[in-house]
Amino acid sequence: MATLNSKIPEGPLAEKWTKYKASQKLVNPANKRKLDVIIVGTGLAGASAAASLGALGFNVKVFCIQDSPRRAHSIAAQGGINAAKKYPNDGDSIGRLFYDTIKGGDYRAREANVHRLAEVSNNIIDQCVAQGVPFAREYSGYLANRSFGGAQVSRTFYAKGQTGQQLLLGAYSALSQQVKAGTVKLYTRKEMENLVVIDGKARGIITRDVRTGEIERWFGHCVVLATGGYGNVYYLSTNAMNSNGSAAWQCYKKGAFFANPCYVQIHPTCIPVHGDYQSKLTLMSESLRNDGRIWVPKKKEDAEAIRAGKKTANDIAEEDRDYYLERRYPAFGNLVPRDIASRAAKERCDAGYGVGTGKAVFLDFKEAINRLGKDKVAERYGNLFQMYQKITDDNPYETPMMIYPAVHYTMGGIWVDYELQTTIPGLFAAGEANFSDHGANRLGASALMQGLADGYFVLPYTIQNYLSAEIYNDRIPTTTPEFDSAEKEVKERIQKILDVKGKKTVDTLQKELGHIMWDYVGMGRTKEGLEQAIPMIQALKKEFWSNVRVDEGNECMNPELEKALRLADHIELAELIARDALQREESCGGHFREEHQTEEGEAKRDDQNFMFVGAWQYKGENETPEMHKEDLNYEFIKVQQRNYK
Amino acid sequence: MDFTLKIWRQENAQAKGHFETYKLTGISPDCSFLEMLDILNETLINDNIAHPVVFDNDCREGICGMCGLYINGRPHGPDDGVTTCQLHMRRFKDGDTITIEPWRAKAFPIIKDLVVDRSAFDKIIQEGGYISATTGGVPDANAIPIPKQDADEAMDAASCIGCGACVAACKNASAMLFVSAKVSQFALLPQGKPEAKRRVVKMIKKMDELGFGGCTNTYACEAECPKSIKKTNIARMNREFICSKCTSNEQ
Repeated sequence: MATLNSKIPEGPLAEKWTKYKASQKLVNPANKRKLDVIIVGTGLAGASAAASLGALGFNVKVFCIQDSPRRAHSIAAQGGINAAKKYPNDGDSIGRLFYDTIKGGDYRAREANVHRLAEVSNNIIDQCVAQGVPFAREYSGYLANRSFGGAQVSRTFYAKGQTGQQLLLGAYSALSQQVKAGTVKLYTRKEMENLVVIDGKARGIITRDVRTGEIERWFGHCVVLATGGYGNVYYLSTNAMNSNGSAAWQCYKKGAFFANPCYVQIHPTCIPVHGDYQSKLTLMSESLRNDGRIWVPKKKEDAEAIRAGKKTANDIAEEDRDYYLERRYPAFGNLVPRDIASRAAKERCDAGYGVGTGKAVFLDFKEAINRLGKDKVAERYGNLFQMYQKITDDNPYETPMMIYPAVHYTMGGIWVDYELQTTIPGLFAAGEANFSDHGANRLGASALMQGLADGYFVLPYTIQNYLSAEIYNDRIPTTTPEFDSAEKEVKERIQKILDVKGKKTVDTLQKELGHIMWDYVGMGRTKEGLEQAIPMIQALKKEFWSNVRVDEGNECMNPELEKALRLADHIELAELIARDALQREESCGGHFREEHQTEEGEAKRDDQNFMFVGAWQYKGENETPEMHKEDLNYEFIKVQQRNYK
Repeated sequence: MDFTLKIWRQENAQAKGHFETYKLTGISPDCSFLEMLDILNETLINDNIAHPVVFDNDCREGICGMCGLYINGRPHGPDDGVTTCQLHMRRFKDGDTITIEPWRAKAFPIIKDLVVDRSAFDKIIQEGGYISATTGGVPDANAIPIPKQDADEAMDAASCIGCGACVAACKNASAMLFVSAKVSQFALLPQGKPEAKRRVVKMIKKMDELGFGGCTNTYACEAECPKSIKKTNIARMNREFICSKCTSNEQ
């Protein structure tokens, strides 16, 4: 049986990373030029890793599926990025950021990784400012901060409601500089379809050019997977249309363990679903919870009247409003972590107090507008208000927004050790694609922090440590039998899809998968429901391979084929999510098993039996995968019941 | 709602393109423009009418810059300050005929149907659209205070999503608004100053090389920009360019 070695350095928590850096192996500049690094994905993690490794002198090849690296979905992150700068002098510290992140993740993340994340958080802000990222500033000229869920300090840096955009453009510009310098080769509109493993090491990838259908082979001394999360398994999510878990799934099938797939974040503040034709859900930044107050009517008859269109939010008197987050969690109020806010919204709506279609709650800015004035509110959230109005045709300055939870982020992902290396030597995973830092629930403004930490400040060290032994290995030509067979697998898979010539479109099947996942593997999960879901997913897989319809063939730009290739993987991934959710007989973070809750309806962890990372190993087509456990040892933090009251 | 759609179809870069007309019925006014095209594509496949219409799209919330359609003669359609994916069908009238084309510019060759190749924008950025701050070795983020007004103005310029609507709107297919937004962002920040003179010259040179046209000050770019990037950026870039040419020690 394979063993999981997390390779956490010895020593006190706060010294581990420093000690690692002091003792890791390096590669001299002349040798760096001889070493090829493949990076898949150009979001925050991929672009920052490519820029940093290119600047170090490695020979980097970076791939993205869009027409430009600047389009990766990191661009859509709105609210901000956390760092322990403690500029506001409000009691923040690296230790506090570390603690909040572990607690926010419901004690299911690795201590050493999270501490390193908190340590490098400050370097990220320095780096971004040096690159010209226009963070919000005070009149003094110094950087401004705001608060996010799960924290009692203001440690979030932001650029209007477009922080992800600005950080990604910073990484993209650094990447562009290296492209010009010739250290990074950029390949756009190419999608990774397979991993090439030679003598047990990751040695390359197979891509499909989405313009021409050309299947190509690429060699690298190591491969970095920075392909984001798998939220689109649920069909409706806040992810971009092209975001997918396919590359990660291909790596899983080649031997990389997949950790904690059931940890899926449902974000509380999204624009509610409004029709069958809907293609995606739009997030309204968590930063809105700084000033917005969430409520539903206290009386059922008011909620019914609103749903029937007989009353509006403004008809409900102050004393008839239930600010349920402030009521249940007075200490954190509207700024409780995402999993808690989402479940509370579901609880109220299930109890019959929902507004809109019944699956929505109010997010109200009336009090903030009275306190700060409309101009100040517009300055803080103007672009979000505009976005909301464009989609819903409602003016949030006058009537409260309506929001409902939606799938947003996946904490689970490819298992990595302290060096961000997977169970396949030479294959690294960074950003949302790995599982490492957020435990069972990610705090707001921490995804940007983790993506950039991995790319700018972790991989440049740990990859060097790995590559120091690779200087003796010449480049492997892409004509070896391993490349042949990896390419053959891809071509056969494509042909198999094209040969089905069935009746259902890819979108139809994708929606069916989404319904199963949302209904049975969504916000509230039960043993019974999960046991029903698994055969349903297996049946859908059969239907896909016997009834999917993709016309036109491979040798052209064919989005239907792209979607079909991804869906084939997403169906299998869906089953693993359900399996993982079934084995985890506890509630923690984003994973809520209805059997395991306190009398007050809070998540009930089982630390005795489930304080581990569940890392799944692929065992072959239609075989049951095997789960390995990495025990989580909390040496420095006292594990306790999460309390935001 | 019912619509008649006149859509540009083109097999590939070499093929000759043409308009095809499709009828679509029963569309909800709350449907987004791209969701309307999704429904069209499902219909084209299920009713064996034609291969689906290919169009670029990704985030569908107006920030990635991937989508971009020329709708009834306007980039991103009739609404101001939005991208194609943020446009909703309630902006049209029941029974309307809607004409949909790709961006038209020499520097943006068509790949298929409504998809164009915008890699020219990446090439311009690679010439100098960055501050050469390699990872690590930079000062504390608060070491250099930046006046709020400058930071805000830099942010406004940096909001550009690189969609190419400015080029599509311009009768000369000029990329001046795109390039000037990047030049302005860095020109306004102290961190951008050391490389400012080189940056503006190199980026403009590249823009010319790639086949974008010149600016004749009609400002269709500003009117059509989904992120409301201001034409004053072009003025700032021209100023930067002249200053650079007059004062730079570099040849």
